[in-house]
Amino acid sequence: MKLFRVVKPGFFTTVQDLGRHGFLRYGVPISGAMDDFSLMLANMLVENDPSDACLEITMLGPELEVLHGTQIAVAGDISLQINGQDSELWQTTTIRKGDMVSFGKVRSGCRAYLAARDGIDAPVVLGSRSTYVRGEIGGTHGRQLKAGDYIEGFDAVHLVDHCLYLPREFIPSFSAEIDVDVVLGPQLGSFTEKGVKTFLSSSYTVTVEADRMGYRLEGTGIERSERVDTISDAILPGSVQVPANGKPIVTMRDAQTTGGYPKIAAVVSPDLHVLGQAKPNDKVCFHKITLSEAHRRLLDYKKMFSVIESKLHRRFPVT
Amino acid sequence: MSRLYQSARYMPFGDKALRVELGNIISPEVNTRVHALHEAVSNAQLSGTCECVPTYRSLLVTYDPTKVTYEELVSQVKNLEETSKAHASKRKSRRAIIPVVYGGEFGPDITQVAQYHNLKEEDVMRIHLGREYLVYMIGFIAGFPYLGKLSDEIVTPRLETPRLRVPQGSVGIAEDQTGIYPRQAPGGWQIIGRTPIKLFDPLWRPPALLQPSDLVRFSPVSAEEFWQIHASASEGRYDPFAQE
Repeated sequence: MKLFRVVKPGFFTTVQDLGRHGFLRYGVPISGAMDDFSLMLANMLVENDPSDACLEITMLGPELEVLHGTQIAVAGDISLQINGQDSELWQTTTIRKGDMVSFGKVRSGCRAYLAARDGIDAPVVLGSRSTYVRGEIGGTHGRQLKAGDYIEGFDAVHLVDHCLYLPREFIPSFSAEIDVDVVLGPQLGSFTEKGVKTFLSSSYTVTVEADRMGYRLEGTGIERSERVDTISDAILPGSVQVPANGKPIVTMRDAQTTGGYPKIAAVVSPDLHVLGQAKPNDKVCFHKITLSEAHRRLLDYKKMFSVIESKLHRRFPVT
Repeated sequence: MSRLYQSARYMPFGDKALRVELGNIISPEVNTRVHALHEAVSNAQLSGTCECVPTYRSLLVTYDPTKVTYEELVSQVKNLEETSKAHASKRKSRRAIIPVVYGGEFGPDITQVAQYHNLKEEDVMRIHLGREYLVYMIGFIAGFPYLGKLSDEIVTPRLETPRLRVPQGSVGIAEDQTGIYPRQAPGGWQIIGRTPIKLFDPLWRPPALLQPSDLVRFSPVSAEEFWQIHASASEGRYDPFAQE
């Protein structure tokens, strides 16, 4: 059923969930939310499955006319108004038919997520509703929203009876100075010792060539060794590739599945969502950790979700 | 001077993937070993593993570290590698025949490829048709097969300036490989022909026509036949695996 009519699409708004898994060997990228942590929190605030589809908003949000009453939650740092009145982020909000939900610009970070009770609907393509714009699959006709589009949803019979909100200490802050952990390799042999040192001690700036596919970074060039491995190999989101000019490229959720640039490192999975909030001019520093440290971090990250789930506050009844 | 490793190299790729490198060259010999290992790993359905990505000379195995440790996974894959080594040469591949119109508006770069080698356009076509190719891997864009190895007689570098739009179905050459564009995309391969058949459809299971390890032959068709096959292919009445 139709939930919203898109009055203004915003800068780049797409339907995303946790991604399309299992088709890398056929050349199909994973896609899904750039900041999957925020997407899952938005879903939790309307008692959805954490993997339900949301709208991923980039830089400037859309204006949506409500066609069917439901509840929403917005995760991110963005200005949000309902019928011209400022509205709270990180909590359950009830909206009625005829309401106007208007977003402004993001204040920090790059992306925000709008979850609707029971999830946003879109055709499931290869197991996911995520939009992969370059392949024209998923989401709304395989592309970003346009004015006049309809956003489909479900008839939420059971609404959340109390307003859920995220305790302040769990609300992420999106810094313009980003630190991420990496596991070195797998093509470490393509770099000199000096090159690896440069990579781990420099601060890199996100350039304007930054989108869902990946970010080109500017900064001190990373020295490659004489024996550079250029045979095309598998790529995953978070791979740090270094082309001949020494300037790293970090791949993100829509990255192509194979590529020939040697990879100096890969960002660990619990930090990928942090990178997903990076925008042009933000600074990124890479820190080396061991594989077992990375696995401990992943366990802590997973535990944190159950802690958050148990600490979601229930305030006043939702009217 | 074979650069197929005596024993494979195992290394982590990020916190959720194991990369197994079987050699350091692009060759059917190394690649066949990748496919044999891929098959063994998929059949074994190792617990905690998610998906495999076979490429030219390596296999990526993604896993959930909360279900299986890296060390456990390495030792399991090592066992499979030993046994798959023996089976590599006995594997049976699927064979597809892909119809292609060569030259003209369908293959604008065939002239350039012919000139580069002092050949006639017909020779380029004859040589391209002259062998069966192995699908080394699928990548670049969904469903794009990297095929090899091309005869030395028509090995040609990529275009100096890539095209912004290469039409769907285009068959190209880049160095000693040939490939097919499953959809319109930017690209730098020398386009020598075009196939009317579809290579990728998200509604198919699997979504790609060709899979890594398949064997492919091309067969020449006229422009008229191109549209006939195009029509039957779009109605699902053309099976490239049943053309012999």
